[in-house]
Amino acid sequence: MPPRVQRLFAWAERRLPSLTRLRQREPLPIQLHRRRIYIVPTGFGVGFSVLLGVMLVGSLNYANNAALMLTCLLGAATAGSMLVAFRVLNGLTIGGLRAGTARAGEPIRVSLDIGASQRERMAVRLDIQGREHVFVVPAGAATTVEFDLPTEFRGWLALPRMRVHSRWPLGMFRVWSWLHPDRTVLVYPRPEALGPKPFEPRGDADRGRPRAGDELAALRDYRPGDPRRQIAWKLSARHHGLLVKDLEQPAPQEDWRLDWDGMHGLDDESRIARLARWIDEARETGRRWSLKLPDGYFDVAQGDEHYHRCMTALALRP
Amino acid sequence: MTGVRPSLRRRPTGEPVLHARSFDLLCLTMGFVLLVHAAHLPWWLTTALGVVLVARWQQRRRGGRNAPFWIKLPLIGLLLAAVILQNGTLFGREPGSAFAVGLLVLKLLESEHRRDARVGIAFACFALMSALLFDQGLIASLFVSLGLVPALATLRSLEEVEPQATPWSREFTPVLLVLLAAIPLSLFAFLFVPRLSTPLWGTPQNSQAITGLSNRLAPGDMLDLMTDDTPALRVSFDGPPPPNTARYFRAYTMQLFDGEGWSPGSRSARRPPSDAEYGTRIAYQASLEPTHDRVVPMLDLATMAPPDTVLRPDHTVLANRRIDEVLTFSALAATSYRFEPVLDEGVRRDNLQLPMGAGPKARELAASWAQRHGADHAAIARAALAMFHDGFSYTLAPAPLGRDRIDDFLFQTREGYCEHFASAFTFLMRAAGIPARVVTGYQGGYWNTTGSYLLVRRSDAHAWSEVWLEGRGWVRFDPTASVRPERVQLGAAAAAAGHGGEEGLFDVPWLRNLRDRWDVVNQWWNRGVIGFDALRQQGLLQPFGIAHAEVTDLALVFAIGCALLVAAALGWALFQRREGDALDAWMRRLQRKLAKAGVSRRAGEGPKHFFARAARALPAQRNALERLSELYLRLRYGYDEPPPESVSEFGRAVKELKARRVVK
Repeated sequence: MPPRVQRLFAWAERRLPSLTRLRQREPLPIQLHRRRIYIVPTGFGVGFSVLLGVMLVGSLNYANNAALMLTCLLGAATAGSMLVAFRVLNGLTIGGLRAGTARAGEPIRVSLDIGASQRERMAVRLDIQGREHVFVVPAGAATTVEFDLPTEFRGWLALPRMRVHSRWPLGMFRVWSWLHPDRTVLVYPRPEALGPKPFEPRGDADRGRPRAGDELAALRDYRPGDPRRQIAWKLSARHHGLLVKDLEQPAPQEDWRLDWDGMHGLDDESRIARLARWIDEARETGRRWSLKLPDGYFDVAQGDEHYHRCMTALALRP
Repeated sequence: MTGVRPSLRRRPTGEPVLHARSFDLLCLTMGFVLLVHAAHLPWWLTTALGVVLVARWQQRRRGGRNAPFWIKLPLIGLLLAAVILQNGTLFGREPGSAFAVGLLVLKLLESEHRRDARVGIAFACFALMSALLFDQGLIASLFVSLGLVPALATLRSLEEVEPQATPWSREFTPVLLVLLAAIPLSLFAFLFVPRLSTPLWGTPQNSQAITGLSNRLAPGDMLDLMTDDTPALRVSFDGPPPPNTARYFRAYTMQLFDGEGWSPGSRSARRPPSDAEYGTRIAYQASLEPTHDRVVPMLDLATMAPPDTVLRPDHTVLANRRIDEVLTFSALAATSYRFEPVLDEGVRRDNLQLPMGAGPKARELAASWAQRHGADHAAIARAALAMFHDGFSYTLAPAPLGRDRIDDFLFQTREGYCEHFASAFTFLMRAAGIPARVVTGYQGGYWNTTGSYLLVRRSDAHAWSEVWLEGRGWVRFDPTASVRPERVQLGAAAAAAGHGGEEGLFDVPWLRNLRDRWDVVNQWWNRGVIGFDALRQQGLLQPFGIAHAEVTDLALVFAIGCALLVAAALGWALFQRREGDALDAWMRRLQRKLAKAGVSRRAGEGPKHFFARAARALPAQRNALERLSELYLRLRYGYDEPPPESVSEFGRAVKELKARRVVK
């Protein structure tokens, strides 16, 4: 874009905030109405009106009234298509925003409900960050538009400005309206790529000793004192000595007690990244974990809800 | 990709290719344009372009894409060569339109993207309009406007999300509705767009064949005309219409005879109109179909020239410009007159002139009459008419004439139709020394009772004679009338029917009635639409007291009218049914009332809370508000469908509530 045009745009955005991308944020649901729907002819529309002008002059010059009537009919139909275009957006309601989860750096999936109580709206287009989504809004129902937003940082991500527009029905006029909802979606922190395991407390006296349980671990020679019901009689009959079934409990996975203050010499972001990685790992291996942050504590638990709670707390760390 | 494909234009990148449905519609539009132009394109060009169109359509259906360069370029060259070979030039109306239509069809070969389709449709609209330059009759105009339907449907399908999923019927009905909705505005624009009184550039001199009467009359020439039932002119009279035998419309008078045919003498053009004394006069309005010629047939006898025409010395009328559109005019005709009582010597010579050697036997016959009757010219004429009456027969398929046409006709074949009789009669008069000339024009016509006007068809073309009699001037003699009086009394159809043998086949009353009505529609179209010119437009505002509307007045009315229509359309566009039922409407009204009193409902505030807040803010209305609250909650949440009487009770309560701000 040449600098001149850029300056013009900048001026327009200063002067006409509602017309442009500088529109203030507003709460959902947004209902489009006549004060915020704009119409301009498209390039094709301008070209076509030039053609209509040529047809008009031609038919006037040849005093051909039938041709003049045809030109008038075509012109009137074109002008009428402007109103049809307006009616595509008028009364459209944008509400119902849902977001998936994503860690910083991954695209986050956002879905937006767009509905209209009356009339089917054909070929509505939604521009979000350079990508266009085309859909039809049925009468009395809502369509869900799904799109991905790129993420970079953890925390609340504001929805970008979106432009809802349409060229329906003839492609000669473009109606548009800017949307700037004041809704945000949460982005979880980016886990660090590599790092040590969390510190596991080893002071426990029980540690390392197998506990008696129900699962067969091994067979071994009988030692005096072994309880009789553990002797494998049938196997022992084919051997020289008595064999004993060594039963034990599988070593339980240790609960991870993740502590913000347990990491020394790291800055906040690195701590968050490391904690995020640990929580991810714990969730993947089915481990239980607790998380202690300077301003909160999440007790030992597992499951999605716990995960999301912890990640949200991490994402929102100042 | 290996290598670079040369292309005539920049290829848009990344744009999706046209859907099959859009392409089908595009092909349909182009086919329609071709059809509309088929009437004046050479048949082989139409066929060839049709083949290209169908081939391309098939090719793309099978998954083919853009035609390669080496097909497109030779085709364009071929088209150019064909058009130039046919017309000798590329400029002008016929070759221009042929070339444009050809290019439009060839454009399909490289129509793959939305942009191509749009350009194609825009020029298709232009081509549709240009078809009207050839024929602007009612049928042709309706047919051409029908072409807008596929054109707009194509544009519409370009915007559709899933063009393929739409059923075919739903492609066209919305477009038809849009076009119907556009009719009021377009009619308004049509009425008030200021017309040009003079063209900005020269209108094309088309080589279209002159239809209708020609300025030469030779026996046998008129036959094409007499079998052509196309309307030639329509006449409505202010008073009662003249009887059939007086409905003579003069177009040409012919003084020059070359032994074979008659043509107007050149000398007649340089005199002032000859004087005439008029008896009873009759006023009429006529609309003349385009003849691509200048002559205007006028009811016998024209007393003055309508605007933009000149009255020639023989009281025929010539338009200043060629008549390419329907010409409407009003005129005054004299039914009884004395026309040129004193004959100019040069004119007398012209009207006695006979070619050397032609018709020796006819001359002998005329000389014998002259001897018998002497100076009683009227008696000579009567003798000639009597001869025709006795031994001659009327037929549209006469035997061919030999070398000497006059003698052959008078003494051998003795059968023919108006031009034979007029020609021979005039010859005989001249041979007898009486100034005489042949007149061509129309005679008779068909009285349309539905529209109360006279419809004159080309088949009503007629030729008769005018003989100059001392003291009476030019007197009309119609020898055909003495051979076959029906021709003059009942019209051409009756005369032909007697010989054609197909009497009554198409003359069923209901069919005739239908034809009458159809012709009334045509007449209306010709007068109301095609004949609506700058002059008529200026008179448009007469009912409103503006006798002579200037361009500025018209523009003003146009602007005001457009603004009104646009306002109506905007009202439609902005109209939005309110959500919800009657209860919601009453609740909204209550909210407005309370908002005026300073209690406005917050976004997301429940009704109970809102009523409670209102009651706190307006203690004077506490009781009413509590009742309203209770009623509302019961109606809203107690029923699926609140009973109407309770809703109206709620409405009454809302109306009665007097919300006044409390001064704190």
